[in-house]
Amino acid sequence: MARSVTPQRKAINTIAAWAVGLVIFFPILWTILTSFKTEAQAINDPPLFLFFDWTLENYAVVQERSNYMRFLWNSIIIAGGSTVLGIIIAVPAAWSMAFVPSKRTKDILLWMLSTKMLPAVGVLYPIYLIFIRMGLLDSRAGLVIVLMLINLPIIVWMLYTYFKEIPGEILEAARMDGASLKEEILYVLTPMAIPGIASTLLLNIILAWNEAFWTLNLTAAQAAPLTAFIASYSSPEGLFYAKLSAASTMAIAPILILGWFSQKQLVRGLTFGAVK
Amino acid sequence: MSLRSALCAATALSLGTAGAGVAETITIATVNNGDMIRMQGYSDHFTEATGIEVEWVTLEENVLRQRVTTDITTKGGQFDIMTIGMYETPIWGNNGWLVPLDDLSEAYDINDILPAMRNGLSHDGTLYAAPFYGESSMIMYRTDLMEQAGLDMPEAPTWEFIRDAAVAMTDREKEINGICLRGKAGWGEGGAFITTTANSFGARWFDENWTAQFDQPEWKEALSFFVDLMEDAGPPGYSTNGFNENLSLFQQGKCGMWIDATVAASFVTNPEESTVADKVGFALAPNHDGVEKRANWLWAWALGIPAGTNNEAAAKQFIEWATSKEYIELVAANEGWANVPPGARTSLYETPEYQDVPFADMTLKSIEAADPTNPTVDPVPYVGIQFVAIPEFAGIATQVSQEFSAVYAGQQTVDEALEKAQAFTSEEMEAAGY
Repeated sequence: MARSVTPQRKAINTIAAWAVGLVIFFPILWTILTSFKTEAQAINDPPLFLFFDWTLENYAVVQERSNYMRFLWNSIIIAGGSTVLGIIIAVPAAWSMAFVPSKRTKDILLWMLSTKMLPAVGVLYPIYLIFIRMGLLDSRAGLVIVLMLINLPIIVWMLYTYFKEIPGEILEAARMDGASLKEEILYVLTPMAIPGIASTLLLNIILAWNEAFWTLNLTAAQAAPLTAFIASYSSPEGLFYAKLSAASTMAIAPILILGWFSQKQLVRGLTFGAVK
Repeated sequence: MSLRSALCAATALSLGTAGAGVAETITIATVNNGDMIRMQGYSDHFTEATGIEVEWVTLEENVLRQRVTTDITTKGGQFDIMTIGMYETPIWGNNGWLVPLDDLSEAYDINDILPAMRNGLSHDGTLYAAPFYGESSMIMYRTDLMEQAGLDMPEAPTWEFIRDAAVAMTDREKEINGICLRGKAGWGEGGAFITTTANSFGARWFDENWTAQFDQPEWKEALSFFVDLMEDAGPPGYSTNGFNENLSLFQQGKCGMWIDATVAASFVTNPEESTVADKVGFALAPNHDGVEKRANWLWAWALGIPAGTNNEAAAKQFIEWATSKEYIELVAANEGWANVPPGARTSLYETPEYQDVPFADMTLKSIEAADPTNPTVDPVPYVGIQFVAIPEFAGIATQVSQEFSAVYAGQQTVDEALEKAQAFTSEEMEAAGY
């Protein structure tokens, strides 16, 4: 039986949800506000919230000093490429684990996840040496491969969870109608799992976009994405918080916009299967 | 050969045959400090004069260190010039990782480089990195608050004077702290500062047999003095304050004194950034009464060439340009003498226009007062003032400074921290085979 919700309770819940949302969003909001201040205003005590002379100077300086478009383009290629490649590999893998499991399937899933528990720096040197030998250092192709491999366990796990929610009988029916394995995955399974695949895709784009260890360590001048762009504004000797904030805002803006427009899809995908 | 290198080679070949005049490109790894950013802006002049294109990779200091170390040890060849400091240069030079800068042109005038900088960036008498700018540390103080306190800052004060002055200047109600000092964990942050303080109390990191010295009374005296001073006259939460946090406090008029890098002088006297720009005086870093060593350090951001680069000649050409007298004149002509990279060349301090810059004289005196080959009262087997130039130091000192920061945060006592520092350092040094 559905629980009745009084208007009062609804109002309290709404206020609480907004409060939590604002707390979570506050650091981003503060970064955006700081990007419109002068360096002196950025460190003012007490901190200035809205009432200061808004300036676009920091954006002009950042734009003049750095080739933003090159960093942005690299980020798009690396995050998009690694995610699409990961999905292509993970869909068949998750299909086999969800619909034709063996007695070792659970172990394999756990083993895949365990690779995420290794500190990244532990394999920096081997990967760096492999990259030197293969000529992949400071290349977008190299980063696409590395980020795909890093996020693959998460992609497989998420897709596996979504696929498990799809009744196997539907696939069986498709098979009885004469569908080949390829047709079964492409035309029956994938359309039914679209919300799950979409949310996996979006989440992995965000993860790859924000990845800062490998993108900083394996790139130099050519393939560096927006993480390197932000890092270049951090200074040990000098207060450049406003410029750093402007660079950060420019780096997160594309992903923030993407998240805003796809939030319904994201929420639907993340809660997929939770309510029947 | 990989497909990529094959393609690169083919492209290079086809471009080469297409005609001469193909631009050579060098890649430089650097940090986001004001002087470095300015250099990026002027690198067009270098390209115009030589035809050599310059690509910049700017990174946060610790990331840069990790990044260039990975590249240099694996011979990755990502960078033709690296921005490194006085800590890495002698160690890397000794390992054969850097190209010796022993054939710079006569016009470059290598003898013009300040002796302290040249020594600190050399190994066995060979220069391995050319200083772009150098720094020591000194006292920056508020002349108005000092006057209000009825005190007169000597040119070379003692710690005892600094303590009395700091207490007299402190006004908690007006949020004025008598003194702001680094307490943040990290070998290059609070670790560097407490090491120079310890030097000025007669302490040292190691004796001549590489035995850790944290169990000696000088360390206890230095650390206790520092903690008491900051309790009485320092800002709240100083255990997390580093260079930038103290710079921010000083610029907002919340510090009576600040002992830190000499390059900070140009920031605190810049009226566009600082609310106290016209009320700042300078003095030598202090010493403990009766101890000859002062608490000032020596550091340089320098340009070195990793061994194995394909663009060695072009890289050397760039280094000669960026660290030359002509570059200093170029910056002075466009941005004024207060904005030229300081602390690298003797001739700069002989320039009459530069002598008018308020902090020039004290910066030079501070640099000259620092001796990295003889940094402590008792003899030591190492080179370096605020660091020990051995590869193990960064790891050990980071841990030790974390123990000290825990004291500043009130989480443990001075004795407990020194005991842990002694045990940890001894263990690490033994494991490293000293």
